[in-house]
Amino acid sequence: MASLERQQRMGKLLVNGALLFLVLLWTIPTLGLFVSSFRTREAIQTSGWWNIFPHRAYVTLEDQTINPREAGLDPTGPMLVGGGEVTFEELREGFQAPDGRYYVWVGNRRIGRIEVQERRWTVDWDFTTSNYSQVLSGKDFEYKRPDGSIEIIPGDDFVSAFLNSLAVAVPATVIPILVAAFAAYGFAWMRFPGRRLLFILVVALLVVPLQIALVPILRDFRSLQLNGTFLAMWMAHTGFGLPLATYLLFNYISTLPRETLESAFIDGASHFTVFRRLILPLSVPALASFAIFQFLWVWNDYLVALIFLGGNPETKVITQRLADIVGSRGNDWHLLTAGAFLTMLLPMIVFFSLQRFFIRGLLAGSVKG
Amino acid sequence: MQQTTQQDAPGAGARLLTFILRLALPIAILAIAFMVMLAGFNFLRAGDAPKWLVVLVAIAWGVGGVAALYWIFNWIVERMGDPWVGRLQPFVFVGPAAAMLIWFLALPVLRTFWISLFNRDGPPEGWLNWSDLGGSFAALGERFVGLNNYIAVFTDRLMLEAFRNNIMWIVFGATLTVVFGLLIAVLADRSGFERIGKSAIFLPMAISFVGAGVIWNFIYEVRPVDAPQIGLLNALVVAAGGQPQPFPAWTAIAPWNNLFLILIVIWLQTGYAMVLFSAALKGIPGDLLEAGRVDGANEVQIFFRIMVPYIMGTIITVSTTVLIFTLKIFDVVWVMTGGQFGTDVIATQFYRQSFTARNSGYGSAIAIVLLIAIIPVMIYNLKQFREQEAF
Repeated sequence: MASLERQQRMGKLLVNGALLFLVLLWTIPTLGLFVSSFRTREAIQTSGWWNIFPHRAYVTLEDQTINPREAGLDPTGPMLVGGGEVTFEELREGFQAPDGRYYVWVGNRRIGRIEVQERRWTVDWDFTTSNYSQVLSGKDFEYKRPDGSIEIIPGDDFVSAFLNSLAVAVPATVIPILVAAFAAYGFAWMRFPGRRLLFILVVALLVVPLQIALVPILRDFRSLQLNGTFLAMWMAHTGFGLPLATYLLFNYISTLPRETLESAFIDGASHFTVFRRLILPLSVPALASFAIFQFLWVWNDYLVALIFLGGNPETKVITQRLADIVGSRGNDWHLLTAGAFLTMLLPMIVFFSLQRFFIRGLLAGSVKG
Repeated sequence: MQQTTQQDAPGAGARLLTFILRLALPIAILAIAFMVMLAGFNFLRAGDAPKWLVVLVAIAWGVGGVAALYWIFNWIVERMGDPWVGRLQPFVFVGPAAAMLIWFLALPVLRTFWISLFNRDGPPEGWLNWSDLGGSFAALGERFVGLNNYIAVFTDRLMLEAFRNNIMWIVFGATLTVVFGLLIAVLADRSGFERIGKSAIFLPMAISFVGAGVIWNFIYEVRPVDAPQIGLLNALVVAAGGQPQPFPAWTAIAPWNNLFLILIVIWLQTGYAMVLFSAALKGIPGDLLEAGRVDGANEVQIFFRIMVPYIMGTIITVSTTVLIFTLKIFDVVWVMTGGQFGTDVIATQFYRQSFTARNSGYGSAIAIVLLIAIIPVMIYNLKQFREQEAF
């Protein structure tokens, strides 16, 4: 029996170990981004973000700096440093001395000094929030290069992009839910000609790729002079989100207890009253789960914004703004990481606070076009 | 027309009126909604209010406007008296959704197909002139190319490359997403930290593709050989004694550099698969598993002989969803490589042809091919829908 118990304990360990490994694998990319967004521009460019963890590296010992003249070292010939012989040229490149330390000549031959570095356990904890203020603001930002010159960098105005994303995402979430809830109620509780045909259309359109609609809808919006407006985005996201919304809400609303509604009808309530007073409050879980789904989808969308909002900097949403930095300044990692984290902030808050509803929506759901 | 005709058998005039009103209601709701919102927008645009105020007003305007319209139209219909309420009210409820669906998804399928039969300019707009039919059709004929765009789609070297890449996306991306999702669901079910573990795997679902592109670009970042590597992957490669590589742009290993993009989507989508599998696994009756263990099956046998067959329905659902998803993949490729280095896929080709090269005929043909690839799933869905209920 003892061996069986040990076998079970081994199995438990294996399962937990494997899951922990996968969880780390899945978390490290986001962690790296988060950590880097708080590191200084120089630090990001010259060392990996994992240097915030304790590691062994050469650290300059400030109080040990050698003044060659005081120490009696003559740079014109070989010098005795750290227990080894070294020429000036070698020392300027950096010299690994026999005593384990690392010596570098800083400055010119006549008035330079020798810095002493030792390999020690260390952490790079030089954090800053200036990446965020630079990305958020619409104002120019002055960056002082190491050599003292000043570089003017335009701010990325994520505040305005964030507001634009809100202006797109909130109505583009609520409007389709409202339209779909009315339709789902109609499909579930009303009898009318064409009902079955229309619902088959809903099911068929669930998987239609939205790419198919982009060119014709763009033409329509052009003739209605809608391109580049939030209204165009609301309409597009409503249209593209409707099949899934209607399907999910119908599945929920059609299973609500019949007796409750019938007694309301007997009391003389109209369809509209029943919908507003009974169905909407009862459907809150389904409405919430689709709302999260649609909100994340719209907030994270890039393609629809690219096509219907276009290049106007006034209306750009946050994903567009981030993609702009990727395209134009793909090496400014301090800006990219901060910007990317800002785009994730709201979805993550929504996600963590409403995870339960979101998962329920996924379980009830199917596929989105 | 079953119910209304049985009830009160209206005369021909009433029937015609019913039909016209039913058609007109949804269109009227949408048209008025549209005009009201547009007026509001122009008003906002003209003003010089601070941004947050404009945003707040826009949100209230859009949401409130739509809700108010339903209310107003329902009020009008309810005032019309008894037979009309039954005839028209369903169309107040369902009509706007149906009209939006038809405008934004159903008609575009036909319109995109129509555009795909023409050259790069598409069919001339407003080509049909009743007083000069011959001239109209001549103008149409000038741009008409028949199925040539489709021939081009299946012969163009870049398109063939995109098809090959999409197949790689399906073979590796979709399969590994399902495999990892299932593996993690099984592990989490038996582990001591199920909730936290699942949340961590699920978190990337909340991240946009553009954001994920930045995250992974940073992991794949490459520096010159003698400089310290700041990208995690190249740092590991160098630590293991290898040469730093520009991974997604590493054309020497093409087409395998696509795998570095596929990895990103596996990372993003595994959480979705895991959640569905996890719920399905919890639905397996405990005695079924117990019976298997009593019969002496080991855990691997239990997994393949009991669990997998039991959750087959979920596996099919997840697989088709992920499959469609990988078939339409766009943002990741567009942000990471822009389709360079042999990483183009169907959707990036569609975007480039339709909007960058302004070749709308060819772009539309690509969109139609994408739709055709998805039609089997659509048929499967419809079949399921037919079987599951008496609608």
